[in-house]
Amino acid sequence: MATEAHGAEHAAETGGLVFHPMDQFIVKPLFGGDTISWYTPTNVTLWMAISILVIVGLLVMGSSRRAIVPTRMQSMAEMTYGFIHKMLEDICGKEGLKFFPYVMTLFMFIVTANFLGLVPMSFTLTSHFAVTVVLALLVFLTVTIVGFVKNGASFLGLFWVSSAPLALRPILAVIELISYFVRPVSHSIRLAGNLMAGHAVMKVFAGFAALTIVSPVSILAITAMYGLELLVAFVQAYVFTILTCVYLKDALHPSH
Amino acid sequence: MATETHDAGQAAADMAHGAAQGGVGMPQLDFSTFPNQVFWLAVTLVVIYLVLSRVALPRIGGILAERTGTITNDLAAAEDLKAKAVEAEEAYNQALADARSEAQRIAAEARAEIQADLDDAIAKADAEIAAKTAESEKAIAEIRAGALESIQTVAKDTTAEIVGALGFQADDAAVAGAIADRMKG
Repeated sequence: MATEAHGAEHAAETGGLVFHPMDQFIVKPLFGGDTISWYTPTNVTLWMAISILVIVGLLVMGSSRRAIVPTRMQSMAEMTYGFIHKMLEDICGKEGLKFFPYVMTLFMFIVTANFLGLVPMSFTLTSHFAVTVVLALLVFLTVTIVGFVKNGASFLGLFWVSSAPLALRPILAVIELISYFVRPVSHSIRLAGNLMAGHAVMKVFAGFAALTIVSPVSILAITAMYGLELLVAFVQAYVFTILTCVYLKDALHPSH
Repeated sequence: MATETHDAGQAAADMAHGAAQGGVGMPQLDFSTFPNQVFWLAVTLVVIYLVLSRVALPRIGGILAERTGTITNDLAAAEDLKAKAVEAEEAYNQALADARSEAQRIAAEARAEIQADLDDAIAKADAEIAAKTAESEKAIAEIRAGALESIQTVAKDTTAEIVGALGFQADDAAVAGAIADRMKG
């Protein structure tokens, strides 16, 4: 809202500039109409479908030849597989590998949605809290349920820091408990916030490009932001996944 | 939102949508779209999960395992072949050494045989030479003996004749003794 108001001021000054940095995030029905019920095919549906196609194209089509000497696509599929597999194994150990398809699903979805969001005129799925909150809650619920199923009540030991002095432990327990429940919030807002901010900033710069005097600067700025956003797209997916692994480790080995 | 409605470039549908948002600036906070997004996200995640866990990940895992296996096998095979090559080289060297010693043995044998033959031949030739020499010596001795006798006979005859010519009666025994004396001299 702040950016929009800021843009509006500029529009008022220059008379020609139009800033709608947040319009790119509007959820619209694909086939007209303006009511959105839960099943309406929207641009969300479209880009979710494209994400699925990209993931299938990379991981399924890419590996379909099962070549011992891989093609480029197969190499990429194998590198992605190895990247997440190694991350999960390093953090959670061998028993964490049961969750490999789950973690891989999260990573592939986020990284694909992030990069697809950088295609001009596209829709960024992961810039929406509805999406990231669901993802974060999935992780949170999985970790909590797995923690209690595997460790029973001793999972609560996660909050009882046995290495601290006895007097401090209740206070630490409260802090740990709060931090545990804040996890899904930070987990989801970090991802959506990063994506939304970057895309909005690019739109603001794009709005300035209509002014002849500043347009070279603005185009340079968009280019630079785009590079930065490519980095952010990967780093945020990586961060989300590695945090998922760390939380899963808590569920598997709750002792500090 | 006011600027949005004032904007000439804004499409009518979007304006209607903006109004539907009820003045919320961030589409992210437009809760009316949440069920829709959550539903499609759930569908997407389930599809991705099924595709990954049923098809993609086992396949890629299989490929990676197969490659590791192949590389290990190839390395083992290479090690094998290397050992075989070393073995073959040793066998070759051994064969070479054998052949060389065999050749030396055969050469030595041949040399010994030839030496033996040569010795035989030399011995035979020596014996023959010795026999011939002995024979020749005998012949020479015979000849020499024959010659002496002839000389004595001739000398005796000549002496008798000379003595006769001088008018003396030659005494055979005395002539013979004198000749024998002279012959010794």
